[in-house]
Amino acid sequence: MGDHCCPVVANVPVSARYWHMVLEAPPLACAARAGQFFHLKCPAPPGEPAPFFRRPMSVYQARPDRGRVEFLYKVAGHGTRGMAALRPGDSFDILGPLGRGFTLDLAWRRIIVLARGVGLATLAPLAQDAAQLGVGVTAILSARSPEDVLCREVMAEAGARVLAVTDSEGTSDPDKVAALIRAAVARAGAEAIFTCGSNRLLQLSQALARELGLAGEVALEQQMACGLGMCLCCVRAFRGADGEIEHRRVCWEGPVFPLQEALSW
Amino acid sequence: MVRPDARPPAPAPEGGSLPDAAAVDLSVQLGPMRLANPIMPASGTFSENLARVMDLDRLGAFVAKSIYATPRKGNPTPRVAETREGMLNSIGLPSKGVAHFVAEHLPAYAGLKPPLVVSLSADTVAEFGPAAAEISVPGVGAIEVNISCPNLEADGRAFAQFPDATYAAMSAVRAATSLPIWAKLTPNVADIAAIAQAAEAAGADALVVANTILAMAIDVETRRPRLGNVMGGYSGPAVKPIMLRMAFQCARAVRIPVIGCGGIVTVEDVAEYLIAGCSAVQVGTQTFLEPGAMPRLIDELARWCAARGIGRVRDLVGTVRLDPDPSHAEWLAS
Ligand SMILES: Cc1cc2nc3c(=O)[nH]c(=O)nc-3n(C[C@H](O)[C@H](O)[C@H](O)COP(=O)(O)OP(=O)(O)OC[C@H]3O[C@@H](n4cnc5c(N)ncnc54)[C@H](O)[C@@H]3O)c2cc1C
Ligand SMILES: Cc1cc2nc3c(=O)[nH]c(=O)nc-3n(C[C@H](O)[C@H](O)[C@H](O)COP(=O)(O)O)c2cc1C
Repeated sequence: MGDHCCPVVANVPVSARYWHMVLEAPPLACAARAGQFFHLKCPAPPGEPAPFFRRPMSVYQARPDRGRVEFLYKVAGHGTRGMAALRPGDSFDILGPLGRGFTLDLAWRRIIVLARGVGLATLAPLAQDAAQLGVGVTAILSARSPEDVLCREVMAEAGARVLAVTDSEGTSDPDKVAALIRAAVARAGAEAIFTCGSNRLLQLSQALARELGLAGEVALEQQMACGLGMCLCCVRAFRGADGEIEHRRVCWEGPVFPLQEALSW
Repeated sequence: MVRPDARPPAPAPEGGSLPDAAAVDLSVQLGPMRLANPIMPASGTFSENLARVMDLDRLGAFVAKSIYATPRKGNPTPRVAETREGMLNSIGLPSKGVAHFVAEHLPAYAGLKPPLVVSLSADTVAEFGPAAAEISVPGVGAIEVNISCPNLEADGRAFAQFPDATYAAMSAVRAATSLPIWAKLTPNVADIAAIAQAAEAAGADALVVANTILAMAIDVETRRPRLGNVMGGYSGPAVKPIMLRMAFQCARAVRIPVIGCGGIVTVEDVAEYLIAGCSAVQVGTQTFLEPGAMPRLIDELARWCAARGIGRVRDLVGTVRLDPDPSHAEWLAS
């Protein structure tokens, strides 16, 4: 593991705000696990200097069979603007795979996956792993509008039961999503819930997991510098075993953490 | 990045052929310590985790993140912000304490060749001595005393902002340990040479010049400071000329070796610090962008020397050419 310069195979917009990048990186495709991330040296966007730091991005797809690593990203600012300017054949310097990914228990029969926006990029490979291991998946995909719902196909192909909720249709507020999950668990059962990113989804998942007796994990984000657990920039607060509040590094102890230990912010 | 190869090499020494890069002697002497090469990490930008991306045995030395005697928490997030040519950090020196370091981190360095330098901070002069004694255990090669940390007896201003507090802190450490001790100075002072002399007088074996520059950044849309702690330390290529100037001033003011630190990216940056009078250098921020920066710099330094007919890197130290011109003389006298 180190930094690798990988050729870009494809880099295309998939909606108004989201892009999909495919890199040729056979050894990394074999090494990367769901929930891990790469630290990307984003090039200079046209007319701007390159951003100073690397940018973390989840493994969206790692396909050992095709030797490819893929990212699904939102053009959010300086670094992702630079990413969107990359063309097939360009070389992209990526460091990783880094961090600790998701854990699945083979005794589970079904898991709930709850995500919004690019959080889906992080959770899509988990759904695929679960399907391969014979664990059923109910995926609740939240977005601003039906056009913004990402990963519907990838999830469905993996055999997940997909439920989309959106702001524009008024189906995405926490109470409605909670009711949807309760109903899904009552019908098909579930042993664990996985979520990602936002404070709202974290709080909702923690409350439902307690209520329904589910295990679970959350993938967290934080601004990073080194990505290797050295600089202590990317910490978040957690409740430790002794009840004490402690800081843990998103890049090193995470980005995936036990659901109930993460503190909302 | 401009590569050195783009420029013609200096002429070969008369009558001889250029040495091979592999034959260049990279070793340097730091007071009582001999290092295999002059490249080492800066405190807070390195840990044994880097073994995942490089062969740690290649480094001149290891320098660990600063620790305090007892556990303490760091600052609120965001702890980091970037600028065009540098970064601000307000990590705030979180530490799990000396005992945790000895139990959990020290074993990772057993069996590695480069010496391990432990960076030590404390809240008061009185706390430095016992902490230095506690960390003076087998496996530790030297103590870097981070006197750039806040002194709670001086309203949180750094020890190294004042010659008397510098002298007191370094004397306390000197009395408590027989290990080599380095003083890490802060650049947030008007007269760094006076601080350097105070550290030398207290028995420091070397100086590290310097820590980060106190700085600030504001998000103009939200009008909020970009760092959770409002202010933080600036590092990276933007600070190099300032740190180089300070390292030069210190090297002229003391007889003990100076270790240059700040903004190193290229092999020319390393050469500049050595020529300015530094015996070794520390690399910080660049490792975050390029985890293999230090081994790259070691390889490039050997080639850089070979291409210029320099057989021993230590022969570069302090070779800056100053004209005996009145404008220089004025600066040097001060
Ligand atoms: C482990 C991890 C995995 C991630 N996976 C993905 C992914 O798969 N797809 C995706 O689109 N995004 C992902 N992100 C978020 C992504 O890193 C940020 O959107 C990106 O760094 C923004 O960079 P920028 O230069 O384009 O924007 P900037 O101009 O730097 O920032 C735009 C906004 O995003 C915030 N921001 C910057 N960096 C981060 C960060 N690391 N985490 C959270 N907020 C940040 C800034 O404060 C600002 O408000 C992930 C983040 C982490 C920590
Ligand atoms: C994230 C971060 C953490 C740091 N932590 C410490 C520390 O614990 N102790 C210390 O003496 N210096 C610390 N420093 C300062 C560096 O050791 C170094 O002096 C400074 O970054 C300048 O070098 P650079 O420009 O190569 O990074 C830290 C710097 C950064 C960027």
